[in-house]
Amino acid sequence: MPQEIERQYKEILRQYVMRQTEQNLYAGQNFSRQLIQKNIAPEEVISIHKAALEEMFPELPMNVWHSFDLLIEMMIRYGLAHAEHQSLLEQQEEIKVEMDLAANVQRTLLKTTVPEVAGLEIGLVSVPARKMNGDYIYFLSDDLKNAGVAVADVIGKGIPAALCMSMIKYGMDSLQDATSDPKKVLDIINRIVEKSVDDDMFISMFYGRYNVEQSVFTYASAGHEPALFYDAQKGEFSELHAKGLLLGVVPNVTYAQHEVKMEYGDFIVMMTDGVTECRTDEGFIEQEIIASLIHSLRDESAQTIVDTVYKELEKMQNFELRDDFTLVIFKKTH
Amino acid sequence: MGYRSSVEILTEWDIVAARQLGRNEAKEVGFGTVDQARITTAISELARNIYLYAGKGKIEIERISEGGSFGIIIIASDEGPGIPDVRKVMEDGFSTSGGLGAGMPGVKRLMDDFKIETVLGEGTVIKATKWIR
Ligand SMILES: Nc1ncnc2c1ncn2[C@@H]1O[C@H](COP(=O)(O)OP(=O)(O)OP(=O)(O)O)[C@@H](O)[C@H]1O
Ligand SMILES: [Mg+2]
Repeated sequence: MPQEIERQYKEILRQYVMRQTEQNLYAGQNFSRQLIQKNIAPEEVISIHKAALEEMFPELPMNVWHSFDLLIEMMIRYGLAHAEHQSLLEQQEEIKVEMDLAANVQRTLLKTTVPEVAGLEIGLVSVPARKMNGDYIYFLSDDLKNAGVAVADVIGKGIPAALCMSMIKYGMDSLQDATSDPKKVLDIINRIVEKSVDDDMFISMFYGRYNVEQSVFTYASAGHEPALFYDAQKGEFSELHAKGLLLGVVPNVTYAQHEVKMEYGDFIVMMTDGVTECRTDEGFIEQEIIASLIHSLRDESAQTIVDTVYKELEKMQNFELRDDFTLVIFKKTH
Repeated sequence: MGYRSSVEILTEWDIVAARQLGRNEAKEVGFGTVDQARITTAISELARNIYLYAGKGKIEIERISEGGSFGIIIIASDEGPGIPDVRKVMEDGFSTSGGLGAGMPGVKRLMDDFKIETVLGEGTVIKATKWIR
């Protein structure tokens, strides 16, 4: 094979030395593509060039031949750098495949079903910035009178965050009871997290529970973004604040718990900081812009609202998500 | 065992001497210009590691033949600190100059066979073989 390459190269070189046309150069470049595919190192190429030249112009002075030896020596490192680059690319490909598999496992493992309770519409969108999601949603419901939702956000993103999620899931799984008070839920999860994670891993979490009979939304927060409450009658938003430390900092925390009565058309927007900290190159997207966007969609279904908000914010950020993005809406429909 | 010649590595200049020896040997054994340059580069890397990390040691070049094939072995040995994590060192991108294709993985690529023996606190012996194609 090398002999064949040498022969072909010599022909291309001969043509070019004779005529110097663009076509000859084009042929040369196409040939180099073949060389790369065949893993011919740059020092080899120079050696092929030298050999071809020796055959065509044997009478060239010695200095010229010596100069090629220096060039060959110089090109060895380029060849090595190229080979290393090649192998790093292959490794990257392997990691990508592995990440895809892991993301799949995560999706299956952390799957949660949106509950159905009378008079309440639930909309949910959760999109990871990278492959693995550091935001987590867990629904806890008796599919009758209570619909609870946990919105958690591990500070940081990617794999470490994703690994942390399963802990929350198993903590929530152990609860079972959809009538549990939000402050109690946070207390239990906090104890689990505090025991199991490093000091430098923090998780914020919001837990809200809607009760059908009383039309009341009860909530508590562990250092999470405040939820937004839309009052349909007044046509305005207010923030649902609740005091409470991030999960996993100290074992004993008393979480504040509040409630809000929901009327027809009211809705509650729960989110992670991937929503509130949406950024464009010019800076953060103003909270008011997001609020007015949601306001303009107030008559749509809960799912349409979250989907549309996601699409709009994605567009505003030039389709670059900097953080995992999660938005949940509880909307009272009758 | 074939004919062996060697260079002690004590100063940076000895790296050049080791290169020179390697190139001469490679030429005499019958390697072409490109392979001569590859062998020399491998020697350069190994000698520089001895100089930088072990302080002193030696590079030996042994001529070998087997069933009508000829080649050489570079033996780089020192009584330095040894290498704690060989697997890491053999990973692409680990060397200090990462991404330039140099270092031990580069040596492995340049040669046909690469063997390393290292004991912490006792030293390192690396044998790299190349055959004429
Ligand atoms: N003979 C040796 N004795 C002890 N440690 C060594 C020896 N050779 C290499 N090492 C260790 O292995 C590491 C990797 O060596 P390698 O030659 O691959 O890369 P580098 O010397 O760090 O950088 P580069 O060679 O690319 O400039 C070194 O940083 C050094 O810690
Ligand atoms: Mg080195």
